[in-house]
Amino acid sequence: MPLELVANVTLAGLLTGLVYGLMALGLSVIFGVVRVVNFAHGEMMTIAMYAAVVLFAAFRLDPFVALIPVAAAFFVFGYALQAGLINPFITRPEHTQFMLVLAVAIIMVNALLMAFGPDARNVPVDYALESFSIGPLLLDTVRVYAALAAVAIAGGLFLFFKFTPSGRAIRACADNYLGAKVVGLNVKKYYALTFGLGSACVGAAGCLMVLLVDVTPLLGPGYTLLAFIIVIVGGLGSMPGALLGGVLIGISEALAGLFFSPSAKSMFSFALLILVLLFRPQGLLGKRP
Amino acid sequence: MKALLAATPKRALFLMAVLAGVLLALPAFANAYILSVAILILYFAYLGQAWNVMMGFCGQLSLGHSLYVGIGAYVSAALFVHFGIAPWIGIWASILACMAAGAAIGVLAFRFGIGGVYFALLTIAFAEFTRIGFDHLDWVGGSGGFFLPVAQREINDVLALRGSPAMFYYVMLALTVAAFAFCTWLLRTRIGYYWQAIREDPDAAQALGINTFRYKMLAVIISAGMSSLSGVFFAFYYNNLFPEQIFNMSRSIEIILGPIIGGTGTLFGPILGAVVLTVLADGITELMAAFGWEIPGVKQVFYGTCMLVVIVFLPNGIWPTLARRLGLERREGGPHG
Repeated sequence: MPLELVANVTLAGLLTGLVYGLMALGLSVIFGVVRVVNFAHGEMMTIAMYAAVVLFAAFRLDPFVALIPVAAAFFVFGYALQAGLINPFITRPEHTQFMLVLAVAIIMVNALLMAFGPDARNVPVDYALESFSIGPLLLDTVRVYAALAAVAIAGGLFLFFKFTPSGRAIRACADNYLGAKVVGLNVKKYYALTFGLGSACVGAAGCLMVLLVDVTPLLGPGYTLLAFIIVIVGGLGSMPGALLGGVLIGISEALAGLFFSPSAKSMFSFALLILVLLFRPQGLLGKRP
Repeated sequence: MKALLAATPKRALFLMAVLAGVLLALPAFANAYILSVAILILYFAYLGQAWNVMMGFCGQLSLGHSLYVGIGAYVSAALFVHFGIAPWIGIWASILACMAAGAAIGVLAFRFGIGGVYFALLTIAFAEFTRIGFDHLDWVGGSGGFFLPVAQREINDVLALRGSPAMFYYVMLALTVAAFAFCTWLLRTRIGYYWQAIREDPDAAQALGINTFRYKMLAVIISAGMSSLSGVFFAFYYNNLFPEQIFNMSRSIEIILGPIIGGTGTLFGPILGAVVLTVLADGITELMAAFGWEIPGVKQVFYGTCMLVVIVFLPNGIWPTLARRLGLERREGGPHG
């Protein structure tokens, strides 16, 4: 196999992986702080992808622009979901929370199916077929831009958590629920804020992802699993870990598609997950609990 | 047994006798459609009971139970198609294969201290991994599906699992009743009490000297072995197997919905949940057809909404609430009715 091909495929996998990373970052933030398994994460991703499709079809809005209103809408939606539905459940057993979010996920997938049907949709932007060439390497323009946007958004979120008072408060809630309550933080409000931020991440990731793949309603559960794998591989609660996990999974998927068959690609992701769970359960960049 | 009967209210005994009569006589007056729905209900009731051993009794959340159904189905079917081995022999191979799979997951998870959500994800990962593996396993048809030769259905042969739908109904009924009796017995043994201790507080259970590793393993292995039987049933009832269908994560979800809606950890919960969900799902399908709404997804949206309502308003499931209303709770108390 020519080396340029392998390098090209690896690089494309890496760029896609950064968008995966942004999606997983949303899950990591929610799971790491609220400790609720957001089993509707992939379904929210597909909703964002359809939102980008609709905005493009109606207003010729470029997904890189559509990203802003979609992320804002997702923030509001996530905030409302946590405040209205999930907050009363945070002290319930894990499997009850899981079933609650799963019910939401089932409704989401099938509402999309009702609205858009099972056919694949995409966003035909003008520059879809353009590419950069660096020496022997050929990079799709959309992939490069999408990856850059993903890194920029992830960086913004990182700065928010690191330096703003709200970010610090959220980290306090994640570290110690009781302690945060004792010092007077409105934990439920910060949980809702966190769920909103995580949702905004996945909303933005959906707008970027629709540039790289065609969307169908049934993609949702697959993305949910993918996001979980990435978060666990990278390390729960570690923001760089989510991006690293995304890149690893992106590359492993791309190479598996090249060397075996595209249908076997998720098998390698699951194998990676099983290995990480067994030998480094805290994830590659996670801290020991 | 006597103590069990004495502790059960008269009203409950009467209702159970009526139920048993109806169930036994059902094939005599039900049409083919009703019978197929009844088989589906029993199938999910049985599987829910099997899953409940792990989650309801021992507190280990499995989201990959389709793995055991699929392996059970494929092992028996492959032995039958490739070597002509009848299902009543093949079933033992299925049980062993599933117990081995369960043991492998259990050892990996419990030895390495993987619990809660991580354990659930590990079970999904194994099921998905196996699904994709079977997709590429040409010996059993790969993703194109594996088909069992369909024989004439005039003679009922239980040992070969070949016969009329009524025969399959009685087989599934017998399995469900046996599973119910088995679980009732299990809950009253030392193992059952150890499991409940582990479910309520693993650390406290360990401090009391319970070998939590051994008993968690036992729960996984028993649950896997029980699930394999429904896989064998599935293979010989439907006569076709597709990895995409049988190992699918949505199958695992369907398995666990019944017990959760009905009441996790109770003996009647899985059965009640299976009845409610199957009747609801088929009712919606019929209703949609009657109105001529052939939009895909409507049914599932309704399904999801029902699920949401039950979880929000009846967090312990339908059975505990219903049992209290009907006065069917056992007198000695305790939630396990």
